[in-house]
Amino acid sequence: MSVLTRTPGEPGVAPAQRRRPSRVGYLLLLPGIAWLLLFFAVPTVQLVATSLYDPNGSLDTGYAMTWSFPNYLDALATYREQFLRGLVYAGSATVLALLLGYPLAYAIAFKAGRFKNLMLVLVIAPFFTSFLVRTLAWKSILADNGFVVQSLQAVGLLADDGRLLATSFAVVAGLTYNFLPFMVLPLYASLEKIDLRLIEAGSDLYAGSLTSWARITLPLSMPGVVAGTLLTFIPAAGDYINTQLLGSPSQFTIGNVINNTFLVQLDFPMAAACSVILMAAIVVLVLLYVRRANTEDLV
Amino acid sequence: MGLGPGTVLTRGGRWIGEHLVLFLGLVTMLYLLLPIGFVLLMSFNDQLGRQAYEFQGFTLDNWLSPCGPAGLCASVVKSVQIGLLATLGATVLGTLMAFALVRHRFRGRSTTNVLIFLPMATPEVVMGSSLLALFTAGGLAGQLGFWSILVAHIMFCLSFVVVTVKARLQGMESSLEQAAMDLYANEWQAFWRVTFPLVFPGILAAALLSFSLSFDDFIITNFNHGNTITFPMYVWGSAQRGIPPQVNVIGTLMFAVALVLVLGGGMFRRRRGH
Repeated sequence: MSVLTRTPGEPGVAPAQRRRPSRVGYLLLLPGIAWLLLFFAVPTVQLVATSLYDPNGSLDTGYAMTWSFPNYLDALATYREQFLRGLVYAGSATVLALLLGYPLAYAIAFKAGRFKNLMLVLVIAPFFTSFLVRTLAWKSILADNGFVVQSLQAVGLLADDGRLLATSFAVVAGLTYNFLPFMVLPLYASLEKIDLRLIEAGSDLYAGSLTSWARITLPLSMPGVVAGTLLTFIPAAGDYINTQLLGSPSQFTIGNVINNTFLVQLDFPMAAACSVILMAAIVVLVLLYVRRANTEDLV
Repeated sequence: MGLGPGTVLTRGGRWIGEHLVLFLGLVTMLYLLLPIGFVLLMSFNDQLGRQAYEFQGFTLDNWLSPCGPAGLCASVVKSVQIGLLATLGATVLGTLMAFALVRHRFRGRSTTNVLIFLPMATPEVVMGSSLLALFTAGGLAGQLGFWSILVAHIMFCLSFVVVTVKARLQGMESSLEQAAMDLYANEWQAFWRVTFPLVFPGILAAALLSFSLSFDDFIITNFNHGNTITFPMYVWGSAQRGIPPQVNVIGTLMFAVALVLVLGGGMFRRRRGH
C-alpha cells in the first residue's frame, strides 16, 4: 500500500487460502483495529476538535466548542517562523542524510564483501543506545570548551568566541545523525535487490562507471530513495529534542512550540491548531513529493 | 615503452572510483558510531563538575555504583516493565492482524492498510498531543501515568509489528501447510507444527523492535506520563542540571545487551540453517 510497507510478492498467496471463511479474518483483525481506532483515530479527531475550541477558555474553566477556525490563522501568524524553520531543518537534514547515506548503503551492498552483515549491524547500532543519551553525547562533543570547538578555533576555522552549540549547524547535524539509519536501511534494501547483470550489460555497452550509476543503478534504487527520505523527513519535521539540546530558543521549531504550548502554557486550542497544521503540511508535502517521484503503487 | 601519463591517470581515476565510495561510507559510519564511543568513554569518566565535556580521569566507580543517582535505576525498571508489557500487547495484536491481512479475505482491506500505515507516517509530537487531548477531554488528565504510557506505546509499536510479521508471512510458501494437511494434520496442528515455527523469527524480530521503540520513546511519553518517570524522562530531567555519569553506564549496558541479542540471534539462525 505504500513505499514504506511494500514487500514483494503481495499477491503470492494460494487462492485456496484467500477463500477461507472470512469470519476468522474479522476476528483476528478486531482487537488491533479497535486499538488503533481508539488510541490513534479518535485522538486525532479529538485533536482537530480541540483546535477549534474557544481560545478564551482555559483548562480549569473548561473549553467551549465554538468552531473557532481563526485559531489556525492565529497559530500561523504567531508561529510562522517556527513552522518554516522546522520544515527547512527537516529538509536540510533529509538532503544531507541522503548524500551521506547513499555512499554508505552502496558500499554495504556492493563493496563490503564478507563484512556486509557486520556493517549492517553497525548501521543499526545507534538504535541500541538511547536517542537522548546519544544526542547528549553530541552536546558534550560540540561543547564550547570541548575538543572539537577548541581544535577549530586553533586552526582558525572558528572565531575565538565562536560556538557550535546553539547554532542551526548543530541542530541540522544532530537531526541528520539521528535519522541517518532510517535513510540507509531502505536504500540498502533497494540497492541490494539490483540485478548486477544489468550493470555489467551497461559496461559491456561502454558505459563508464558514473554513467552506468546514473542510468541504471540510481533509477533502480529510487524506491529506496523515496522511502528513506520520507522516513527521515517525517520524524525530523516534528522533532524537538535536537533543537532543545543542541540549539537555543532562536533555533526552536514547531515541535518545541507544540510541546511548550501544550505542557507549559497549557493553551490547548493554540497547541492543537499548531499540531493539526503540522500534520496537514506533512501530508501535503509527502503527497506532492510522492507524485513528483512518480513511484507507482502508493496508498 | 612504459606507461603513458594518460594510462596512469585513468588507472588512478579508476582506483579512486573503486575506493572512494567505500571511503565515504566508512567516514559516514564513523559519524554514526562516534557518539556511542563517547558514551562508552564517558562511562569511565571520573567526573568532578556537573557538566562533563572532557575526560577528567579514569575510574570504575560509575560501573560499581550504577544506581548511585537517586531515581535512575527506578526509572530503568519502569521502562523495562512498560517495554515488556507494550511488547507483549503490540506483538499479540499485530501478529493476529498480519495473519488476517495475508491469509484471509475481508472487506475494507485498503482502509485497514491506511489505518496501519498512518501511525508510522505521523510525527510523534502530533500523536502525543492527540492522546493528551483525548485523555484531557475524557477527564483523565489527573490520572495519567503507567497505564497511559502503556496504551500509547502499544499503539505506536503495533504498526511496526504488523509490517514486520506481514513481510515474513508473505515470503513464506503456503505449500508446506498444504502438505501437512495432505498428511492428515488438521488446521490447528498444521498451524502450530508448521506455520508458527516458520513465522516465529519474524515475530521475534517484531518483538525486539517493539521493545526498543518503547524503551527509547521520549516524545509521546512526555505528553502522557503524569508523574511516572521512565528512563528517557529521567535523562531529559537531569539534562537540565547535567547528567550523572551513570547514565552513560546504563547507555553502554543497553548497547551491549542489544548487540549480544542481535549477534546471538544471527548465529542461532545460521546454525538452524535459516
